Amino acid sequence: MTERSTLAGGATLAITGSGGSGAVTAGLILLAAVGRAGDYGLLGRSAGPQIRGGESAAMLRFGPQPIECMGDRFDLLVGLDWENVARFADELPLDRNSLILTDAQAEPIPEILLRSGAQVRSLPWKALADAETEGRVNMVALGMVGAMLGLPLDALESGARATLGGKGGRVLTPSLDCIRSGYAAADAASVPPSAFAPPVARWNISGNEAAGLGAVRGGVRFVAAYPITPASEVLEWLAPRLELLGGSLLQAEDELASINMIIGSSFGGVPSLTATSGPGLSLMVEGLGLAVASETPVVVVNVQRGGPSTGIPTKSEQSDLNIALYGLHGDAPHLVLAALGIRDCIDTVEWAVGLAEHLQTVAIVLSDQILGQSRAIIDPPGDRAFGAGERAHLHRLIAQDADPDHRRYRPMSDGVSPMALPGLPGGMYTAEGLEHGPGGAPSSRAIDHAEQLEKRLHKLTGFDYGPGWAEIRGEGDHLLLTWGSSAGPVFEAAERLRASGVPTRAIALRLLAPLQREALLEAIGSAGSILVVEQNQTAQCFAYLHSQQALPRHARSYARPGPLPLRPAEIMRALTDRDGREEI
Amino acid sequence: MDAANIAPTLRAKDYKSDVAPVWCPGCGHFAVLSAVTKALAHLRLAKERVAMISGIGCSSRLPAYVDAYGFHGIHGRALPIASGLKAARPDLTVIVAGGDGDGFSIGGNHFLHACRRNMDLTYIVMDNEVYGMTKGQASPTTQPDWAKSKLTPHGTGMRPFLPTAIALAAGASFIARGFAGDPTGLTKLLVEAIEHPGFAFLQVLSPCQTFRPEQKEWKHLVHPSDMAPTDDPVEAARFIQADDGMALGLLYVRRLPVWQPQNQPTATPADLEREFAL
Ligand SMILES: Cc1ncc(C[n+]2csc(CCOP(=O)(O)OP(=O)(O)O)c2C)c(N)n1
Repeated sequence: MTERSTLAGGATLAITGSGGSGAVTAGLILLAAVGRAGDYGLLGRSAGPQIRGGESAAMLRFGPQPIECMGDRFDLLVGLDWENVARFADELPLDRNSLILTDAQAEPIPEILLRSGAQVRSLPWKALADAETEGRVNMVALGMVGAMLGLPLDALESGARATLGGKGGRVLTPSLDCIRSGYAAADAASVPPSAFAPPVARWNISGNEAAGLGAVRGGVRFVAAYPITPASEVLEWLAPRLELLGGSLLQAEDELASINMIIGSSFGGVPSLTATSGPGLSLMVEGLGLAVASETPVVVVNVQRGGPSTGIPTKSEQSDLNIALYGLHGDAPHLVLAALGIRDCIDTVEWAVGLAEHLQTVAIVLSDQILGQSRAIIDPPGDRAFGAGERAHLHRLIAQDADPDHRRYRPMSDGVSPMALPGLPGGMYTAEGLEHGPGGAPSSRAIDHAEQLEKRLHKLTGFDYGPGWAEIRGEGDHLLLTWGSSAGPVFEAAERLRASGVPTRAIALRLLAPLQREALLEAIGSAGSILVVEQNQTAQCFAYLHSQQALPRHARSYARPGPLPLRPAEIMRALTDRDGREEI
Repeated sequence: MDAANIAPTLRAKDYKSDVAPVWCPGCGHFAVLSAVTKALAHLRLAKERVAMISGIGCSSRLPAYVDAYGFHGIHGRALPIASGLKAARPDLTVIVAGGDGDGFSIGGNHFLHACRRNMDLTYIVMDNEVYGMTKGQASPTTQPDWAKSKLTPHGTGMRPFLPTAIALAAGASFIARGFAGDPTGLTKLLVEAIEHPGFAFLQVLSPCQTFRPEQKEWKHLVHPSDMAPTDDPVEAARFIQADDGMALGLLYVRRLPVWQPQNQPTATPADLEREFAL
């Protein structure tokens, strides 16, 4: 077995199996081991909508640089068994350079995978597992694959301890035995001597956990929410941890309740957030209009997925942009942000909380299933440029004194008026969904409506958001423009294009509303070819940018719905193929 | 109730704001407003420690007329707003006000769950068996044969919602009925409701002179409940089912666990971050 040399410097592999075969557990251990061995990594998961017993896959890419997308193809496919794999074979692109590993006793590999021309190797996993007490095929395979990838055994063992430690010795001990047995059975010559020293200060975190962490870093101490895939994990992470921070999470009866509960808690002065997915966001939009009109800060993390309440709930798409931008009734200016990667979930959610608090408004943060349910080895967040400057003053302006003349909605030069919190003597007011005058008294006069509307819009459009509105990489006459999670494949496509002699710049939008139009137009400059990349059917961002007159006429759209993830190669093809044709 | 919530003696009128009510002359809601301010004065509650929360409807305008903190929300969602506020700010006295349409139709699901959750809230529903603000449509408590609404010209044909029975079934720990035409009794019930630890539901028969002028008769139909308040849900259910809907007073009260998160911080976000380190 000498495959390791071809995989040195990083590799992409998938571990598949039917539900319960331990494919995802093996993937989690590998990711942890990769991190311990000093590499970066990204672990994606794929599952069908059934709760137990369906198909599942863990997909891992690792290497010496931060990994921001899964790439185009898999070097290695580790099949623990072949049941149901046909259901998602299209998510596992293989080619003649790929290698399929299978158990010698397993059923035949499905034709659909063999058609790729990938090489196949049969290995004695089951036989080795049977030789151990409570032996597990997934752990034997993991040990063997780890050896083939050149991972030190101690890194694998440490990864297994970190991943399975909570399950107690009855699971951990046989797992470690199997890992060692698989490791030893790999060709000893291909395995380097163990020289494992854990690298400094990297994190192993999922996008949904990152969003939760961003929330608490931003000061959120109250969450009300209703479970929905794939947002539930944000809530599961938050519930026990908010308690440790002195806050709480309340499971509401539905999304209508969740959004209104956080409006209530925020009115009481506690920074508040909810997390949901598209169908839940629809139910929240009336409440969001109330938060905008009553100037109550709230944050919604919307982990997008395919389609409606039914839809494809376990797979990804970027198709809620329209509802996030336009869903609210009346004139309801608010913030829309989108996280650009797993690590970026931390910063973007933290920034969104700060902005919502500071501007006393609604911030919707768009994440999605791929971001939320993938894990990565990342460098810990620092004070990144886009947040650092602003963070210091991103907090709610709270009225401190009993001012007999306190007028809650008094127009101020920047539109942000101090908010009296219940408990402050003399600050009493009624927060209003009804249009109101400066003191909060209901009013349907045109002049009050115009003045308050202007206040609510101006505080958002007049604010200086700093450089955080987008991430811009590279130089070149070709431009890939994107938003949110498709940044990962777009950045990689741009980098590969540059390496192949096509100078390409990438712009990924983090702040979608209010759109930083002038800054965007300046960044677009005189790019000769522009492609707007996004994962939805109707080119929602492309249409939005045009509606804001923020795109030159020659810009083109590459919009493709999910659930297959965007791949760098298809983006490169979309830019270069059609470039040639249309520029004649 | 928190000691900090007790104010120096104020009179009922000190709890009135200077916003003029939009209600029609003779509307029962005036009496509810007056009972609220009297109850607050009786309990000597510091104005800044009181929050009045409402949804939408004529009745839901009430918070603007009380000189306390308030939130005039959206239709049907007063209870979630109040629950979020109370969860975040247990130190406040939170009173929720609304109508039968707001509370039992669009907000019906929240009503059930607020009863079950048993947070320390007082919920006043001004029941006039009609949608006042949208000009006279049938509400969940309207009789099936009331045919005066253009939307239901043959009546609703549906059995009316029984607020007290449903509150009991859903697990409310305090259930009472008051009448706008009996301000003294109403104030007393409100005081008890505010003092009750847990979710206190107070149905107030509040006549609508404009769309249900026949409700003027209510003053002849109401009567004190002939049953002493019980803490036995079976007994209360029997009584409520037999009741003509006009019996006034405290019907059911029981000490049940009050839902209120009370977490003390023992960690910082930086502590939590350690779990991600390799
Ligand atoms: C989402 C929504 N649907 C409908 C309305 C219209 N609406 C306003 S008040 C109201 C009914 C109020 O009736 P009720 O709660 O019985 O209170 P009352 O006005 O009789 O005091 C309705 C349907 C609305 N404001 N919002």
